[in-house]
Amino acid sequence: MTIRIYVPRDSSALSMGADEVATKIIVEAARRAISVDVVRNGSRGMFWLEPLVEVVTDKGRVAYGPVTPSDVVSLFDSDFLNGGQHALCHGLTDELHWLKNQERLTFARVGITDPVSLDDYLAHEGYRGLRRALSLAPAAIVQEVTESGLRGRGGAAFPTGIKWKTVFDCQADQKYIVCNADEGDSGTYSDRMIMEGDPFVLIEGMTIAGIAVGATRGYIYLRSEYPDALAILNEAIASAYAQQYLGDNILGNGHRFHLEVRRAAGAYICGEETSLLESLEGKRGQVRFKPPLPAIEGLFGKPTVVNNVVSLATVPIILDKGAEFYKNFGMGRSRGTLPFQLAGNIKQGGLVEKAFGLTLRQLLYDYGGGSASGRPIKAVQVGGPLGAYLPESQFDTPLDYEKFSEIWAVLGHGGVVAFDDTVDMAKMARYAFEFCAVESCGKCTPCRIGSTRGVEVMDKIMGGSDCEKNITLVRDLSDTLLNGSLCALGGMTPYPVLSAINHFPEDFGIRRPGAMEEEQAELEKVDISY
Amino acid sequence: MHIAAYKAVPGGLLPLLHAIQDDIGYIPEDSYPSIGKAWNLSVAEVHGVVSFYHHFRTQPPGKHILHICRAESCQAMGSEYLEIHAKSKLGIDYHETSLSGNITLEPIYCLGNCALSPAVMLDEKVYGRVSRTRLDELIAVAEAAE
Repeated sequence: MTIRIYVPRDSSALSMGADEVATKIIVEAARRAISVDVVRNGSRGMFWLEPLVEVVTDKGRVAYGPVTPSDVVSLFDSDFLNGGQHALCHGLTDELHWLKNQERLTFARVGITDPVSLDDYLAHEGYRGLRRALSLAPAAIVQEVTESGLRGRGGAAFPTGIKWKTVFDCQADQKYIVCNADEGDSGTYSDRMIMEGDPFVLIEGMTIAGIAVGATRGYIYLRSEYPDALAILNEAIASAYAQQYLGDNILGNGHRFHLEVRRAAGAYICGEETSLLESLEGKRGQVRFKPPLPAIEGLFGKPTVVNNVVSLATVPIILDKGAEFYKNFGMGRSRGTLPFQLAGNIKQGGLVEKAFGLTLRQLLYDYGGGSASGRPIKAVQVGGPLGAYLPESQFDTPLDYEKFSEIWAVLGHGGVVAFDDTVDMAKMARYAFEFCAVESCGKCTPCRIGSTRGVEVMDKIMGGSDCEKNITLVRDLSDTLLNGSLCALGGMTPYPVLSAINHFPEDFGIRRPGAMEEEQAELEKVDISY
Repeated sequence: MHIAAYKAVPGGLLPLLHAIQDDIGYIPEDSYPSIGKAWNLSVAEVHGVVSFYHHFRTQPPGKHILHICRAESCQAMGSEYLEIHAKSKLGIDYHETSLSGNITLEPIYCLGNCALSPAVMLDEKVYGRVSRTRLDELIAVAEAAE
């Protein structure tokens, strides 16, 4: 009997030696004359356990991890092929606390299936969304997406259905679907996990989008830092063409949709949609003025839907299970789920897909297990390099777009980066300006010049010169960036900078507001009547 | 040769530049006039596109390229010490190539391996939870490999 073993091919798993482990398992099985079928799946998102090897048993998939090549012989000796006990054994994968209470809608198949097997995709409810979409009028598909409450998961949280409706309403000889896969935010990897772990769900989502708005051509603009995702996407796209899920006559229904992957070239700004379109056109990735909106004049001047990977990958389940099903997850105006990504100084880093509404504290401690260093978590940056730093006093804020904006923070693409108490927040504020300077497209002055001025002023503050006065300058400069920049790069750099100053003033050599009064009150309590 | 393959592709300039760099490791500046002619751009405009993107280089790199992630998640796990270590070990700064001609050092802003920070990338392979010892091993391998 052949025993099936899963060893992830996700690039994070590969970064911990998954290829070497897979090879070693195959060699060792051959040496023992045991027949095994090693499937290279995506990651379950429990990265501290990678490489996570799973063995299919009668009871279900049993997890072992983190496995190194030198553990393989002892795993065989412990009869891991039958779920045998071993120091690295975690029991049934589906019963693990980390996975059990998640609400995996978009990530339903990631880590479970063979990402490049179309048969496996179909066997796990794949392409049911497209089949339903083919039975609907295009306007009804747009309506379904609108009613689901899905908002752009790239960070801007714009209602996806409304964007689609704008493109749907345009009359044009050519329309485009562009997938923004330029996932540049530090602390985020959910797009990568989808593309490496379940590429067909993205292809399906884009195909549905094309049929809905009348677009016949799609591009995935993929960051150049993801070579593994590129290979997997191209393999999946080729299979989809071969089986008529892409091409001139999709499933014999007369719809046409062509899809190709385009490589980005390492510019963070190209994650901004108009800059991305410029880059796709083969130009410098400089931000465009809006209006016109890309939905009306986008790629090559044609109506274009630009959506993030996770947004598009969520469309199939909405079409399959209905808008009502999806809308029932979440809170307030944040409907559905968000794949949160735990990163930085965290003991158990990985992907947690949950309905909006859980708190940062639950994520950091129930899932993350606290910091990796064992020291207290001092600050958490949510939403990438342009997201605010949150202090411990804000950890109970529910993860919801509106609740975060009330505390002048953003959820962004769902990245959560933890820092322990050794972090110097002045350094992080300086870095935010530095990053903006490195990545600025140069089109608008506040971002191009302001970022460099910001680095210079931060250097003075960190050198201890005139801190109070220079903080006033930084605040003034931030105001210019916030209100005068063309796009979110300059416009949001003040989020990490000002949140760091406001929540951690001590790191900037200044007093916390009200600190002087508190010290005075303390002094007055001291008995000096000797 | 590459120019002919991408001339008819919509927005084909970036795919062309990728093809050239994949092929010979960099984009020679003396290729700008022929690229410009094919795309109806001035040499300055071609230079403008090439120089906009961090990924493209106009000088031949070393035999291997070592990228160290500088983004926040890796900083939270001490990537700064890896940067200092790599620079002093190789005796070079970012965007430079070691004396042996084997290793070019580059900064990178996120490899999407943030749950396993700090991360580095040697050529196209990413490594997670990299310690200074691990970095030394990678550098040694790259120095030894042809």
